[in-house]
Amino acid sequence: MTNRTSPTSEPTVPGGVRNPGDPAVRVVDLAKVFAGGVRALDGVTFDIPRGELTSIIGPSGCGKTTTLKIIAGLLDATSGQVEINGTPVTRPGPDRAFVFQDFALMPWATVLRNAAFGLELRGVPRKEREATAREYVAKVGLSRFEDAYPHQLSGGMRQRVGLARALAVDAEILLMDEPFASVDEQIRRKFQEDLLRLLSEEDKTVIFVTHSIEEAVYVSDQIVIMTRGPSQVSKVVRPGVDHSGGSGHIRRSPAYLDWVERIWAELQGYLET
Amino acid sequence: MTGLIQVRGGRTVAKAVDRPWLLRAASIALVLGLWEWGGTIPVSIAFPKFSETLAAFAGMITDGTFAGAYAETAGPLIVGVSLTAVGGVLAGLVMGLSSRTEWLGLPVFIVLQASPSAAIIPLITFIYGIGFTAKVFAVVLLSAPVIVLNSYRGIANTPRSLLEMGDAFLAGRFKRIVKIVIPAGSGLIFAGLRLGLAQGFTGAVLAELLITPTGVGDLITFYRSVADYPRMFASILSIILVASVSVTLLQRLEQRLFRPEMRPA
Ligand SMILES: Nc1ncnc2c1ncn2[C@@H]1O[C@H](COP(=O)(O)OP(=O)(O)OP(=O)(O)O)[C@@H](O)[C@H]1O
Ligand SMILES: [Mg+2]
Repeated sequence: MTNRTSPTSEPTVPGGVRNPGDPAVRVVDLAKVFAGGVRALDGVTFDIPRGELTSIIGPSGCGKTTTLKIIAGLLDATSGQVEINGTPVTRPGPDRAFVFQDFALMPWATVLRNAAFGLELRGVPRKEREATAREYVAKVGLSRFEDAYPHQLSGGMRQRVGLARALAVDAEILLMDEPFASVDEQIRRKFQEDLLRLLSEEDKTVIFVTHSIEEAVYVSDQIVIMTRGPSQVSKVVRPGVDHSGGSGHIRRSPAYLDWVERIWAELQGYLET
Repeated sequence: MTGLIQVRGGRTVAKAVDRPWLLRAASIALVLGLWEWGGTIPVSIAFPKFSETLAAFAGMITDGTFAGAYAETAGPLIVGVSLTAVGGVLAGLVMGLSSRTEWLGLPVFIVLQASPSAAIIPLITFIYGIGFTAKVFAVVLLSAPVIVLNSYRGIANTPRSLLEMGDAFLAGRFKRIVKIVIPAGSGLIFAGLRLGLAQGFTGAVLAELLITPTGVGDLITFYRSVADYPRMFASILSIILVASVSVTLLQRLEQRLFRPEMRPA
């Protein structure tokens, strides 16, 4: 189904030998009740295959960000657990990088320093980390803005800095919370292409939260559809859109449109209840 | 919109809004003009004209009166403000980072800030006598609350999303404080330091007026007693000038150190 090749040999990891067929991330019966009694998640279970792009889609407030933050180790689950390569998650780790919905850039730091910040925190020497960051800032198309401050950038540009920061630490798993939410449709399509290309160049497992059904169908190997209150996984689908024909061709193809329609129907069913 | 202003003949007003320094200069000129006018009425025999004050001011610079007086005042002021800056920011940091010390320390400083300090200063003489220590203590007493409370607010209100970002990218405890918490709070911390410095001036001069006459406080007391009002006013004016210049310098330092994005281009 996937159009990216999985690596054939995997390094051994603590917790046993890793099989290429094992999922990178397992989310097992996850529940989260916030202080104050808000039930954000109620038994969420799904697997995330290695080297693939998995989207999480669902109505606003259904717990997508919460799920992603528990996978990142930023939030504790009330019950259930997340396993990464078979090891339960207890805290953030170098195997995961996060792209925040609200960017989380430091207003006092330049684009370059923000993009290099993950490496700075890991103690990478300045020259080295800036060279790496420069490379990724260029990949997200912000070379001209290396020395700009976040307040001088548009929302979409800030989001791309957050993306460069996550890519620069070279984590195996990329957690992206609505990374393209604040860009217009044309740029968004360009980003989708860029993301697909980037992922074909670098072997990463991506978990991608989005509100856009079209986007999810277009970029994903697998889509997790979540429902609201109490939040659960309603369905996991694998559209497997064939990307060989070019963007315009795909977006008009019956298979693509059919998937968009099916997911739309699935979500609508829950909106009405 | 500009059309409306022009109809009213307010062309210069529209221009002045574009250039804030013009407005500032106009406001200063207005105050000084009123002062000059008030001196000619005269409001009181103890109220000199601005021009007389200015002449006295120039005289006091050239004959070394100011240099001598500020050399004396500077001692307790610098020692006091440095002590509070270091201690106050540290106290604010600790209180902002741990809730136990927050409950322990915060009420003390809130009460101190609200209390009428001029009334407390004479009490210091009972404990610390009338020497250097007493004056340092007066400076500390006035400047500490605002420095501690602002540092605390700056630290306690670090944006959650930045803290989360730090966690996600594996910031240790120390790097999290140095690279995220302190720069994020630096605006409030430095606002506290600026206000603290201004309060420190007040403390130093109050101590010189109320404890033992030395330095600038002594100048004011002395010229009042000999009824040399232009020199008395020049002394007061000098305090305002010195205080505002040091506060501005501190602001520059902050922008240089922590908030390069706020530096005027
Ligand atoms: N820190 C918190 N404390 C209490 N409730 C919270 C907290 N964070 C999230 N919630 C609640 O949990 C639920 C899920 O929130 P979450 O942010 O995961 O939704 P989401 O699916 O990401 O929504 P959106 O699409 O709008 O970003 C919401 O009802 C929200 O109000
Ligand atoms: Mg969200």
